[in-house]
Amino acid sequence: MISVSGLAKTFTLHNQGGAVIEVMRDAALDVAPGECVGLTGPSGAGKSTLMRMIWGNYLAAAGRIEVAGLDVARAAPREIIALRRATLGYVSQFLRVVPRVPTLDVVAEPLMVLGVDEAAAHDRARALLARLNIPQTLWSLSPTTFSGGEQQRVNIARGFAHEYPVMLLDEPTASLDAANREVVLELIEEAKARGAAILGIFHDVAARERVCDRTVDVAAFTPEPA
Amino acid sequence: MTPLLSVRHLTKTYGRHIGCADVSFDLYPGEVMGIVGESGSGKSTLLNCMAGHMAPDSGAVIFDTRAEGPKDTVSMSEPERRMLGRTDWAFVHQHARDGLRMGVSAGGNVGERLMAVGARNYAQIRETATDWLGRVEIDTGRIDDRPSTFSGGMQQRLQIARNLVTGPRLVFMDEPTGGLDVSVQARLLDLLRGLVRQMGLSAVIVTHDLAVVRLLADRLMVMKDGRVVETGLTDQVLDDPQHGYTQLLVSSVLQV
Repeated sequence: MISVSGLAKTFTLHNQGGAVIEVMRDAALDVAPGECVGLTGPSGAGKSTLMRMIWGNYLAAAGRIEVAGLDVARAAPREIIALRRATLGYVSQFLRVVPRVPTLDVVAEPLMVLGVDEAAAHDRARALLARLNIPQTLWSLSPTTFSGGEQQRVNIARGFAHEYPVMLLDEPTASLDAANREVVLELIEEAKARGAAILGIFHDVAARERVCDRTVDVAAFTPEPA
Repeated sequence: MTPLLSVRHLTKTYGRHIGCADVSFDLYPGEVMGIVGESGSGKSTLLNCMAGHMAPDSGAVIFDTRAEGPKDTVSMSEPERRMLGRTDWAFVHQHARDGLRMGVSAGGNVGERLMAVGARNYAQIRETATDWLGRVEIDTGRIDDRPSTFSGGMQQRLQIARNLVTGPRLVFMDEPTGGLDVSVQARLLDLLRGLVRQMGLSAVIVTHDLAVVRLLADRLMVMKDGRVVETGLTDQVLDDPQHGYTQLLVSSVLQV
Protein backbone atom coordinates (compact mmCIF):
# COMPACT_ATOMS: atom_id res chain seq x y z
CA MET A 1 0.00 0.00 0.00
CA ILE A 2 3.01 2.26 0.54
CA SER A 3 5.93 1.93 -1.84
CA VAL A 4 8.79 4.42 -1.67
CA SER A 5 11.82 4.28 -3.95
CA GLY A 6 14.76 6.50 -4.87
CA LEU A 7 13.39 9.22 -2.60
CA ALA A 8 15.55 12.29 -1.96
CA LYS A 9 14.98 15.48 0.00
CA THR A 10 16.80 18.81 0.00
CA PHE A 11 16.00 22.10 1.65
CA THR A 12 17.05 25.36 -0.02
CA LEU A 13 17.25 28.25 2.42
CA HIS A 14 16.82 31.30 0.21
CA ASN A 15 17.14 33.76 3.06
CA GLN A 16 20.33 32.23 4.38
CA GLY A 17 22.55 32.67 1.37
CA GLY A 18 20.70 30.07 -0.68
CA ALA A 19 22.22 27.23 1.34
CA VAL A 20 21.16 23.81 0.05
CA ILE A 21 20.89 21.10 2.66
CA GLU A 22 20.61 17.54 1.47
CA VAL A 23 18.88 15.51 4.17
CA MET A 24 17.90 12.28 2.44
CA ARG A 25 19.05 10.24 -0.51
CA ASP A 26 17.79 7.10 -2.16
CA ALA A 27 15.25 6.20 0.51
CA ALA A 28 13.19 3.08 -0.16
CA LEU A 29 10.59 1.10 1.79
CA ASP A 30 7.39 -0.86 1.31
CA VAL A 31 4.44 -1.44 3.62
CA ALA A 32 1.92 -4.16 2.80
CA PRO A 33 -1.74 -4.28 3.89
CA GLY A 34 -2.05 -5.55 7.45
CA GLU A 35 1.57 -4.74 8.17
CA CYS A 36 3.08 -2.22 10.60
CA VAL A 37 6.57 -0.96 9.82
CA GLY A 38 8.53 1.11 12.35
CA LEU A 39 10.97 3.83 11.35
CA THR A 40 14.08 3.91 13.52
CA GLY A 41 17.22 5.99 13.64
CA PRO A 42 18.72 8.73 15.77
CA SER A 43 17.04 12.12 16.19
CA GLY A 44 17.50 14.22 13.09
CA ALA A 45 18.05 11.19 10.86
CA GLY A 46 14.88 12.04 8.92
CA LYS A 47 12.10 9.84 10.33
CA SER A 48 9.58 12.67 10.48
CA THR A 49 10.85 14.12 7.19
CA LEU A 50 10.20 10.81 5.44
CA MET A 51 6.76 10.60 6.99
CA ARG A 52 5.88 14.16 5.93
CA MET A 53 6.95 13.43 2.37
CA ILE A 54 4.54 10.48 2.31
CA TRP A 55 1.80 12.71 3.77
CA GLY A 56 2.61 15.27 1.08
CA ASN A 57 3.43 18.36 3.14
CA TYR A 58 7.13 18.03 2.29
CA LEU A 59 8.07 18.04 -1.38
CA ALA A 60 10.34 15.28 -2.66
CA ALA A 61 13.45 16.33 -4.60
CA ALA A 62 13.46 13.02 -6.50
CA GLY A 63 11.94 9.56 -6.36
CA ARG A 64 8.52 7.92 -6.10
CA ILE A 65 6.07 7.73 -3.19
CA GLU A 66 3.22 5.43 -4.07
CA VAL A 67 0.30 5.36 -1.66
CA ALA A 68 -2.62 3.16 -2.72
CA GLY A 69 -1.53 3.59 -6.34
CA LEU A 70 -1.09 7.39 -6.30
CA ASP A 71 2.42 8.86 -6.66
CA VAL A 72 2.29 11.54 -3.99
CA ALA A 73 5.57 13.02 -5.26
CA ARG A 74 3.87 13.96 -8.54
CA ALA A 75 0.17 14.14 -7.70
CA ALA A 76 -1.91 17.32 -8.10
CA PRO A 77 -3.06 18.96 -4.85
CA ARG A 78 -6.65 17.82 -5.37
CA GLU A 79 -5.54 14.19 -5.78
CA ILE A 80 -3.66 14.37 -2.50
CA ILE A 81 -6.66 16.01 -0.82
CA ALA A 82 -8.86 13.13 -2.00
CA LEU A 83 -6.26 10.57 -0.86
CA ARG A 84 -6.13 12.13 2.61
CA ARG A 85 -9.89 12.26 2.87
CA ALA A 86 -10.57 8.58 2.30
CA THR A 87 -7.37 6.56 2.22
CA LEU A 88 -4.42 8.05 4.06
CA GLY A 89 -4.63 8.93 7.76
CA TYR A 90 -1.98 10.73 9.81
CA VAL A 91 -1.69 11.02 13.56
CA SER A 92 0.84 13.77 14.12
CA GLN A 93 2.24 14.86 17.45
CA PHE A 94 0.23 18.04 17.42
CA LEU A 95 -3.47 18.70 17.44
CA ARG A 96 -4.43 21.51 15.08
CA VAL A 97 -8.05 22.61 15.34
CA VAL A 98 -10.32 25.60 14.98
CA PRO A 99 -10.55 27.10 18.48
CA ARG A 100 -13.92 26.76 20.24
CA VAL A 101 -15.01 23.68 18.30
CA PRO A 102 -16.20 20.96 20.74
CA THR A 103 -14.00 17.86 21.11
CA LEU A 104 -16.81 15.60 19.91
CA ASP A 105 -17.01 17.53 16.61
CA VAL A 106 -13.22 17.58 16.25
CA VAL A 107 -13.14 13.77 16.46
CA ALA A 108 -16.20 13.28 14.23
CA GLU A 109 -15.05 15.69 11.51
CA PRO A 110 -13.05 13.22 9.36
CA LEU A 111 -16.21 11.09 9.09
CA MET A 112 -18.50 14.06 8.35
CA VAL A 113 -16.17 15.10 5.53
CA LEU A 114 -16.71 11.65 4.04
CA GLY A 115 -20.47 12.16 4.16
CA VAL A 116 -21.23 9.99 7.20
CA ASP A 117 -24.34 11.38 8.90
CA GLU A 118 -23.88 13.36 12.06
CA ALA A 119 -25.47 10.86 14.43
CA ALA A 120 -23.30 7.96 13.25
CA ALA A 121 -20.15 10.12 13.24
CA HIS A 122 -20.87 11.30 16.78
CA ASP A 123 -21.52 7.73 17.97
CA ARG A 124 -18.14 6.64 16.66
CA ALA A 125 -16.48 9.72 18.20
CA ARG A 126 -18.10 9.04 21.59
CA ALA A 127 -16.96 5.42 21.54
CA LEU A 128 -13.35 6.40 20.80
CA LEU A 129 -13.26 9.21 23.36
CA ALA A 130 -14.64 6.87 26.02
CA ARG A 131 -12.12 4.20 25.11
CA LEU A 132 -9.28 6.70 25.37
CA ASN A 133 -10.53 7.76 28.81
CA ILE A 134 -11.41 11.36 27.94
CA PRO A 135 -13.99 12.28 30.61
CA GLN A 136 -17.44 12.85 29.15
CA THR A 137 -17.59 16.27 30.82
CA LEU A 138 -14.88 17.44 28.38
CA TRP A 139 -16.54 16.29 25.14
CA SER A 140 -18.51 19.50 24.66
CA LEU A 141 -15.43 21.67 25.24
CA SER A 142 -12.71 22.68 22.80
CA PRO A 143 -9.55 20.59 23.22
CA THR A 144 -7.34 23.70 22.91
CA THR A 145 -7.37 24.11 26.70
CA PHE A 146 -6.73 20.42 27.49
CA SER A 147 -3.50 19.01 28.92
CA GLY A 148 -0.84 17.67 26.56
CA GLY A 149 -1.80 14.05 27.18
CA GLU A 150 -5.50 14.77 26.67
CA GLN A 151 -4.82 16.61 23.42
CA GLN A 152 -2.73 13.70 22.21
CA ARG A 153 -5.60 11.29 22.95
CA VAL A 154 -8.12 13.54 21.16
CA ASN A 155 -5.69 13.58 18.23
CA ILE A 156 -5.55 9.78 18.25
CA ALA A 157 -9.34 9.48 18.46
CA ARG A 158 -9.63 11.81 15.47
CA GLY A 159 -6.97 9.85 13.57
CA PHE A 160 -8.76 6.53 14.16
CA ALA A 161 -12.33 7.80 13.61
CA HIS A 162 -12.29 6.75 9.97
CA GLU A 163 -10.84 3.33 9.12
CA TYR A 164 -8.12 4.50 6.74
CA PRO A 165 -6.49 1.76 4.64
CA VAL A 166 -3.11 3.48 5.12
CA MET A 167 -1.97 5.18 8.33
CA LEU A 168 1.04 7.23 9.39
CA LEU A 169 1.64 7.40 13.15
CA ASP A 170 4.17 9.84 14.58
CA GLU A 171 4.88 8.84 18.19
CA PRO A 172 1.31 7.81 18.99
CA THR A 173 2.15 6.58 22.49
CA ALA A 174 4.29 9.55 23.56
CA SER A 175 3.14 11.32 26.74
CA LEU A 176 0.50 8.68 27.54
CA ASP A 177 0.11 6.75 30.78
CA ALA A 178 0.20 2.93 30.83
CA ALA A 179 -3.57 2.45 30.51
CA ASN A 180 -3.96 4.81 27.57
CA ARG A 181 -0.81 3.50 25.92
CA GLU A 182 -2.44 0.07 26.03
CA VAL A 183 -5.60 1.42 24.36
CA VAL A 184 -3.56 2.99 21.55
CA LEU A 185 -1.63 -0.22 20.97
CA GLU A 186 -4.93 -2.12 20.79
CA LEU A 187 -6.27 0.40 18.26
CA ILE A 188 -3.14 -0.16 16.15
CA GLU A 189 -3.53 -3.95 16.40
CA GLU A 190 -7.18 -3.69 15.36
CA ALA A 191 -6.25 -1.50 12.39
CA LYS A 192 -3.68 -4.09 11.31
CA ALA A 193 -6.23 -6.86 11.71
CA ARG A 194 -8.65 -5.10 9.35
CA GLY A 195 -5.85 -4.83 6.79
CA ALA A 196 -4.48 -1.30 7.25
CA ALA A 197 -0.90 -0.63 6.15
CA ILE A 198 0.79 1.32 8.95
CA LEU A 199 4.05 3.23 9.07
CA GLY A 200 5.03 4.51 12.49
CA ILE A 201 7.66 6.22 14.59
CA PHE A 202 7.86 4.75 18.12
CA HIS A 203 10.55 5.83 20.54
CA ASP A 204 8.89 3.51 23.04
CA VAL A 205 10.85 0.28 22.31
CA ALA A 206 8.37 -2.06 23.97
CA ALA A 207 5.51 -0.54 21.95
CA ARG A 208 7.51 -0.81 18.76
CA GLU A 209 8.36 -4.47 19.40
CA ARG A 210 4.76 -5.28 20.11
CA VAL A 211 3.04 -3.72 17.07
CA CYS A 212 5.77 -3.52 14.40
CA ASP A 213 6.34 -6.49 12.11
CA ARG A 214 9.71 -5.05 11.12
CA THR A 215 11.70 -1.83 11.23
CA VAL A 216 13.50 0.36 8.69
CA ASP A 217 16.53 2.35 9.87
CA VAL A 218 16.41 5.74 8.15
CA ALA A 219 20.11 6.36 8.94
CA ALA A 220 20.74 4.25 5.83
CA PHE A 221 19.18 7.07 3.77
CA THR A 222 21.36 9.83 5.21
CA PRO A 223 23.58 11.26 2.46
CA GLU A 224 27.35 10.85 2.86
CA PRO A 225 28.91 14.19 3.75
CA ALA A 226 30.40 15.62 0.56
CA MET B 1 -13.70 16.54 -13.86
CA THR B 2 -14.39 20.02 -15.23
CA PRO B 3 -12.95 22.82 -13.12
CA LEU B 4 -15.62 25.09 -11.66
CA LEU B 5 -13.38 28.06 -12.33
CA SER B 6 -10.43 28.36 -14.72
CA VAL B 7 -8.42 31.55 -14.55
CA ARG B 8 -6.12 32.09 -17.52
CA HIS B 9 -3.34 34.69 -17.79
CA LEU B 10 -5.31 37.28 -15.86
CA THR B 11 -3.57 40.65 -15.91
CA LYS B 12 -4.57 44.06 -14.56
CA THR B 13 -2.37 47.12 -14.50
CA TYR B 14 -2.90 50.59 -13.06
CA GLY B 15 -0.95 52.75 -15.51
CA ARG B 16 2.62 51.58 -15.17
CA HIS B 17 1.91 49.83 -11.88
CA ILE B 18 1.13 46.10 -11.96
CA GLY B 19 -2.03 45.04 -10.12
CA CYS B 20 -1.74 41.35 -10.96
CA ALA B 21 0.12 39.75 -13.83
CA ASP B 22 -0.40 36.53 -15.77
CA VAL B 23 -2.28 34.62 -13.08
CA SER B 24 -3.59 31.16 -14.05
CA PHE B 25 -5.14 28.38 -11.98
CA ASP B 26 -8.02 25.88 -11.87
CA LEU B 27 -10.44 25.52 -8.98
CA TYR B 28 -12.44 22.28 -8.77
CA PRO B 29 -15.88 21.81 -7.16
CA GLY B 30 -15.64 21.65 -3.37
CA GLU B 31 -12.13 23.11 -3.24
CA VAL B 32 -11.16 26.05 -1.08
CA MET B 33 -8.19 28.05 -2.28
CA GLY B 34 -6.38 30.64 -0.21
CA ILE B 35 -4.48 33.58 -1.69
CA VAL B 36 -1.89 35.10 0.63
CA GLY B 37 0.57 37.93 0.28
CA GLU B 38 1.28 41.22 1.96
CA SER B 39 -0.58 44.48 1.32
CA GLY B 40 -0.09 45.57 -2.27
CA SER B 41 0.75 42.08 -3.53
CA GLY B 42 -2.24 42.18 -5.88
CA LYS B 43 -4.41 39.62 -4.14
CA SER B 44 -7.45 41.91 -3.81
CA THR B 45 -7.04 43.14 -7.39
CA LEU B 46 -7.01 39.53 -8.53
CA LEU B 47 -10.12 38.70 -6.48
CA ASN B 48 -12.00 41.73 -7.81
CA CYS B 49 -11.07 40.86 -11.41
CA MET B 50 -12.25 37.26 -10.92
CA ALA B 51 -15.52 38.34 -9.32
CA GLY B 52 -16.27 40.82 -12.12
CA HIS B 53 -15.99 43.91 -9.90
CA MET B 54 -13.10 45.14 -12.00
CA ALA B 55 -12.29 44.64 -15.68
CA PRO B 56 -8.94 42.92 -16.28
CA ASP B 57 -6.67 44.19 -19.09
CA SER B 58 -6.34 40.68 -20.49
CA GLY B 59 -6.97 37.06 -19.63
CA ALA B 60 -10.00 34.89 -19.06
CA VAL B 61 -12.11 33.80 -16.08
CA ILE B 62 -13.94 30.70 -17.24
CA PHE B 63 -16.82 29.56 -15.04
CA ASP B 64 -18.67 26.27 -15.47
CA THR B 65 -22.21 27.67 -15.72
CA ARG B 66 -25.21 25.46 -14.95
CA ALA B 67 -26.96 26.13 -18.25
CA GLU B 68 -24.20 26.44 -20.81
CA GLY B 69 -21.11 24.85 -19.28
CA PRO B 70 -17.72 26.64 -19.22
CA LYS B 71 -18.02 30.29 -20.24
CA ASP B 72 -15.64 33.23 -20.09
CA THR B 73 -17.13 35.70 -17.63
CA VAL B 74 -14.81 38.50 -18.72
CA SER B 75 -16.28 38.62 -22.21
CA MET B 76 -19.90 37.84 -21.29
CA SER B 77 -22.50 40.62 -21.23
CA GLU B 78 -22.87 42.79 -18.16
CA PRO B 79 -26.43 41.57 -17.34
CA GLU B 80 -25.31 37.97 -17.67
CA ARG B 81 -22.37 38.55 -15.33
CA ARG B 82 -24.59 40.39 -12.87
CA MET B 83 -27.00 37.45 -12.86
CA LEU B 84 -24.11 35.12 -11.99
CA GLY B 85 -23.20 37.48 -9.17
CA ARG B 86 -26.70 37.06 -7.74
CA THR B 87 -27.04 33.31 -8.20
CA ASP B 88 -23.98 31.08 -8.48
CA TRP B 89 -21.45 33.53 -7.07
CA ALA B 90 -21.19 35.20 -3.72
CA PHE B 91 -18.79 37.84 -2.47
CA VAL B 92 -17.98 38.33 1.21
CA HIS B 93 -16.36 41.70 1.82
CA GLN B 94 -13.86 42.39 4.57
CA HIS B 95 -16.05 45.19 5.89
CA ALA B 96 -19.57 43.88 6.35
CA ARG B 97 -21.00 47.34 5.65
CA ASP B 98 -19.70 47.05 2.05
CA GLY B 99 -21.74 43.88 1.59
CA LEU B 100 -24.87 44.81 3.56
CA ARG B 101 -27.56 47.46 3.24
CA MET B 102 -27.24 49.16 6.58
CA GLY B 103 -30.62 50.87 6.41
CA VAL B 104 -32.54 47.64 5.80
CA SER B 105 -33.46 45.07 8.49
CA ALA B 106 -31.43 41.90 8.95
CA GLY B 107 -34.25 39.83 7.49
CA GLY B 108 -34.53 42.29 4.60
CA ASN B 109 -30.84 41.94 3.84
CA VAL B 110 -31.20 38.20 3.47
CA GLY B 111 -34.59 38.35 1.73
CA GLU B 112 -33.42 40.94 -0.79
CA ARG B 113 -31.04 38.49 -2.41
CA LEU B 114 -33.81 35.91 -2.67
CA MET B 115 -36.10 38.47 -4.31
CA ALA B 116 -33.34 39.33 -6.77
CA VAL B 117 -33.57 35.79 -8.08
CA GLY B 118 -37.35 35.87 -8.32
CA ALA B 119 -38.73 34.88 -4.91
CA ARG B 120 -42.04 36.67 -4.32
CA ASN B 121 -43.86 34.84 -1.52
CA TYR B 122 -43.32 37.05 1.53
CA ALA B 123 -44.00 34.39 4.16
CA GLN B 124 -41.62 31.98 2.48
CA ILE B 125 -38.89 34.62 2.15
CA ARG B 126 -39.22 35.48 5.81
CA GLU B 127 -39.09 31.82 6.77
CA THR B 128 -35.94 31.25 4.74
CA ALA B 129 -34.35 34.40 6.17
CA THR B 130 -35.18 33.24 9.71
CA ASP B 131 -33.67 29.85 8.99
CA TRP B 132 -30.47 31.46 7.70
CA LEU B 133 -30.13 33.81 10.67
CA GLY B 134 -30.25 30.70 12.84
CA ARG B 135 -27.64 28.94 10.71
CA VAL B 136 -25.19 31.81 11.14
CA GLU B 137 -25.99 31.94 14.87
CA ILE B 138 -27.85 35.26 14.94
CA ASP B 139 -30.74 35.39 17.42
CA THR B 140 -33.81 35.20 15.17
CA GLY B 141 -35.51 37.73 17.45
CA ARG B 142 -33.24 40.32 15.83
CA ILE B 143 -34.69 39.73 12.34
CA ASP B 144 -36.33 43.16 12.20
CA ASP B 145 -33.34 45.04 13.58
CA ARG B 146 -31.00 46.94 11.33
CA PRO B 147 -27.44 45.64 10.97
CA SER B 148 -26.16 49.01 12.22
CA THR B 149 -27.25 47.83 15.69
CA PHE B 150 -25.19 44.60 15.37
CA SER B 151 -21.65 43.93 16.57
CA GLY B 152 -18.88 43.49 13.99
CA GLY B 153 -18.95 39.70 14.25
CA MET B 154 -22.75 39.60 13.87
CA GLN B 155 -22.59 41.89 10.83
CA GLN B 156 -20.05 39.59 9.25
CA ARG B 157 -22.25 36.54 9.90
CA LEU B 158 -25.24 38.40 8.46
CA GLN B 159 -23.23 39.19 5.35
CA ILE B 160 -22.45 35.49 5.00
CA ALA B 161 -26.14 34.58 5.37
CA ARG B 162 -27.10 37.17 2.74
CA ASN B 163 -24.52 35.69 0.38
CA LEU B 164 -25.25 32.02 0.88
CA VAL B 165 -29.06 32.13 0.97
CA THR B 166 -29.33 31.65 -2.80
CA GLY B 167 -27.16 28.51 -2.70
CA PRO B 168 -24.15 29.78 -4.68
CA ARG B 169 -21.51 27.37 -5.93
CA LEU B 170 -18.56 29.74 -5.66
CA VAL B 171 -17.79 32.20 -2.90
CA PHE B 172 -15.16 34.92 -3.09
CA MET B 173 -13.99 36.15 0.30
CA ASP B 174 -11.82 39.19 0.92
CA GLU B 175 -10.22 39.00 4.39
CA PRO B 176 -13.43 37.58 5.91
CA THR B 177 -12.00 37.47 9.43
CA GLY B 178 -10.03 40.74 9.18
CA GLY B 179 -10.75 43.33 11.82
CA LEU B 180 -12.59 40.91 14.13
CA ASP B 181 -11.57 39.89 17.64
CA VAL B 182 -9.78 36.55 17.71
CA SER B 183 -12.59 34.85 19.62
CA VAL B 184 -15.09 36.08 17.02
CA GLN B 185 -12.72 34.95 14.25
CA ALA B 186 -12.67 31.42 15.63
CA ARG B 187 -16.45 31.21 15.62
CA LEU B 188 -16.60 32.56 12.07
CA LEU B 189 -13.95 30.07 10.90
CA ASP B 190 -15.91 27.19 12.37
CA LEU B 191 -19.09 28.47 10.73
CA LEU B 192 -17.43 28.87 7.33
CA ARG B 193 -15.86 25.42 7.50
CA GLY B 194 -19.20 23.83 8.33
CA LEU B 195 -21.03 25.68 5.54
CA VAL B 196 -18.35 24.85 2.97
CA ARG B 197 -18.64 21.17 3.90
CA GLN B 198 -22.45 21.01 4.08
CA MET B 199 -23.08 22.98 0.88
CA GLY B 200 -20.13 21.56 -1.07
CA LEU B 201 -19.01 25.12 -1.80
CA SER B 202 -15.91 26.14 -3.66
CA ALA B 203 -14.24 29.25 -2.35
CA VAL B 204 -11.40 31.64 -3.02
CA ILE B 205 -10.24 33.35 0.16
CA VAL B 206 -7.89 36.31 0.18
CA THR B 207 -6.16 36.92 3.48
CA HIS B 208 -2.85 37.83 4.98
CA ASP B 209 -3.47 35.54 7.96
CA LEU B 210 -1.60 32.26 7.51
CA ALA B 211 -3.39 30.64 10.45
CA VAL B 212 -6.74 31.30 8.76
CA VAL B 213 -5.68 29.68 5.48
CA ARG B 214 -4.22 26.67 7.26
CA LEU B 215 -7.61 25.99 8.82
CA LEU B 216 -9.82 26.89 5.86
CA ALA B 217 -7.98 26.33 2.58
CA ASP B 218 -7.08 23.09 0.80
CA ARG B 219 -4.72 24.87 -1.54
CA LEU B 220 -2.66 28.00 -1.35
CA MET B 221 -1.36 30.59 -3.78
CA VAL B 222 1.33 33.05 -2.66
CA MET B 223 1.53 36.44 -4.39
CA LYS B 224 4.21 39.06 -4.43
CA ASP B 225 4.30 42.24 -6.54
CA GLY B 226 1.29 41.13 -8.56
CA ARG B 227 2.69 37.74 -9.49
CA VAL B 228 2.13 34.23 -8.20
CA VAL B 229 5.40 33.03 -6.69
CA GLU B 230 4.28 29.67 -5.31
CA THR B 231 1.25 27.37 -5.31
CA GLY B 232 0.48 24.00 -3.75
CA LEU B 233 -1.29 22.13 -0.99
CA THR B 234 -1.77 24.50 1.92
CA ASP B 235 0.24 22.50 4.45
CA GLN B 236 2.99 21.84 1.90
CA VAL B 237 3.41 25.54 1.10
CA LEU B 238 3.40 26.45 4.80
CA ASP B 239 5.56 23.56 6.08
CA ASP B 240 8.02 23.28 3.18
CA PRO B 241 7.94 26.61 1.33
CA GLN B 242 10.06 26.60 -1.82
CA HIS B 243 10.22 30.28 -2.76
CA GLY B 244 12.38 32.71 -0.83
CA TYR B 245 9.47 35.08 -0.30
CA THR B 246 7.21 32.33 1.09
CA GLN B 247 10.02 31.20 3.40
CA LEU B 248 10.28 34.75 4.69
CA LEU B 249 6.49 35.04 5.08
CA VAL B 250 6.19 31.76 7.02
CA SER B 251 9.18 32.46 9.25
CA SER B 252 7.88 35.94 10.08
CA VAL B 253 4.73 34.72 11.85
CA LEU B 254 4.77 35.28 15.58
CA GLN B 255 4.27 32.11 17.59
CA VAL B 256 1.82 32.14 20.49
